[in-house]
Amino acid sequence: MMALFWSAALAGLGLALLAGPLGSFVVWRRMAYFGDTLAHSALMGVALGYLWHLDLNLAVVAVCLVLAVVVVVLRSNRRLADDTLLGILSHSTLSLGLVALAFAEGLRVDLMGYLFGDILAVEPADLLWIYGGGALVLALLAWIWRPLLLMTVSEELARAEGASLVRVQLVFMALMAVVIAIAMKIVGILLVTSMLIIPAATARGFARTPERMAAYAVGVGVLAILIGLSGAFWWDLPSGPAIVVASAALFLISHAASPLLVRR
Amino acid sequence: MRDSDEALIKARGLVVGGGGGRARLQGVDLEVRREELVTLVGSNGAGKSTLLKAAIGLEPVAAGRLERSPDLRIGYVPQHFAVADNLPLTVERFLNLQLKRPRESLRTVAEEAGIANLLPRPVQGLSGGELRKTLLARALLRSPNLLALDEPAAGLDVNAQTEMYERIDRIRRQRGCGLLVVSHDLHLVMAATDEVVYLQEGRVSCRGTPESVRENPEYRRVFGPHLGPATAVYTHAHPHPHEDCRP
Repeated sequence: MMALFWSAALAGLGLALLAGPLGSFVVWRRMAYFGDTLAHSALMGVALGYLWHLDLNLAVVAVCLVLAVVVVVLRSNRRLADDTLLGILSHSTLSLGLVALAFAEGLRVDLMGYLFGDILAVEPADLLWIYGGGALVLALLAWIWRPLLLMTVSEELARAEGASLVRVQLVFMALMAVVIAIAMKIVGILLVTSMLIIPAATARGFARTPERMAAYAVGVGVLAILIGLSGAFWWDLPSGPAIVVASAALFLISHAASPLLVRR
Repeated sequence: MRDSDEALIKARGLVVGGGGGRARLQGVDLEVRREELVTLVGSNGAGKSTLLKAAIGLEPVAAGRLERSPDLRIGYVPQHFAVADNLPLTVERFLNLQLKRPRESLRTVAEEAGIANLLPRPVQGLSGGELRKTLLARALLRSPNLLALDEPAAGLDVNAQTEMYERIDRIRRQRGCGLLVVSHDLHLVMAATDEVVYLQEGRVSCRGTPESVRENPEYRRVFGPHLGPATAVYTHAHPHPHEDCRP
């Protein structure tokens, strides 16, 4: 029984390690809604994976990537505001995913598990995916860290200094897609973004440099996952929502406490 | 040894924009030689910033020719710059954004730009003048041979403007880099300016020494009411010949 707990904790730890630094960039680059849109499209990846008998993780990553490119292309059409565009894509891809799953006759999918996550259902194969994919994500993120940070601070300065913005942006979106595929198992499609932004937002009050903020966000994420997981394990709470509630509580506490702890 | 007359940037007939609307630059020539100081002046919307950005490759050029020296290293100070509060960033970390530099070289440049005491401060809390000096320090860290400064003294009070121009002048003399400066106001054009380019509606209206531009009838028509010796912070005083500014 405890083995179940520990493999779930290990999965959560892996996610927190990724979500800290990546989520910090989501906060800095104001991409929360963009992340939500990518996450919602993940259900379409699940549906396509079932229908075409593909690896579900890879199908999710592929659909997220295609959607990221679609967003970038549609954004160049300036007649619609960004949030309008993302709102359209976010909800239509989620609905498309649900409709596509309904087409797969005779298929019994744990829809709630995909929508809200089920960390206690994590299997050893998932751990391999989380840590293998996760290591790749962190290595690539380290590789683009400086140029990505520079263009987050000022695209104009980055361009004047000859950084290759398009490549960095594409790599970053690919990383988002992989992390969404990983986080989907743990907190679910509808709650993925919260795992990215709440720990990072909590860390903001205590950090003076970007790197510190990313590191603190990892810590907050680990704490939130352990608390939420315990709730799921001992009180039979739904695990995804329990984790999100835990991180929201940490955010509120830190918000109340940070003026006392840190001189700004 | 490189010939000091050799051009860092040489632009002929630059056109920017024009797809649909009026082109923001309509065939402008510009040349900045090594160790030369060129100042772009003109009213709002004349195309000063556009020309500066086009010259350093930030603005796509629709027509014309732009030659850049192969060893050109640009240090750019933008006119508008702000870091959002959601990104924690100290001045020191900001200076290290692109490349990690040894602490001593960071200190030296910070002193050169006058921000040594600001290094541990968050970028978001800086005043306008402090932020400009920080941007200048960042540009200097790249060891540029061309500094491109877009309104380096905008939004500063008169004393701070004077201090900023004196600082830039000192940096130029010590480093011997070329300078391309956008300035709103001819009165604040730096003493050592080799050439002033006066832009109007995307075209060069006249060019030459600060004095000759000041005497230009078109310039007087636009800026006339503000002319007067009392407002001139700098005068042009070095003994070398310039071409005349003819309308």
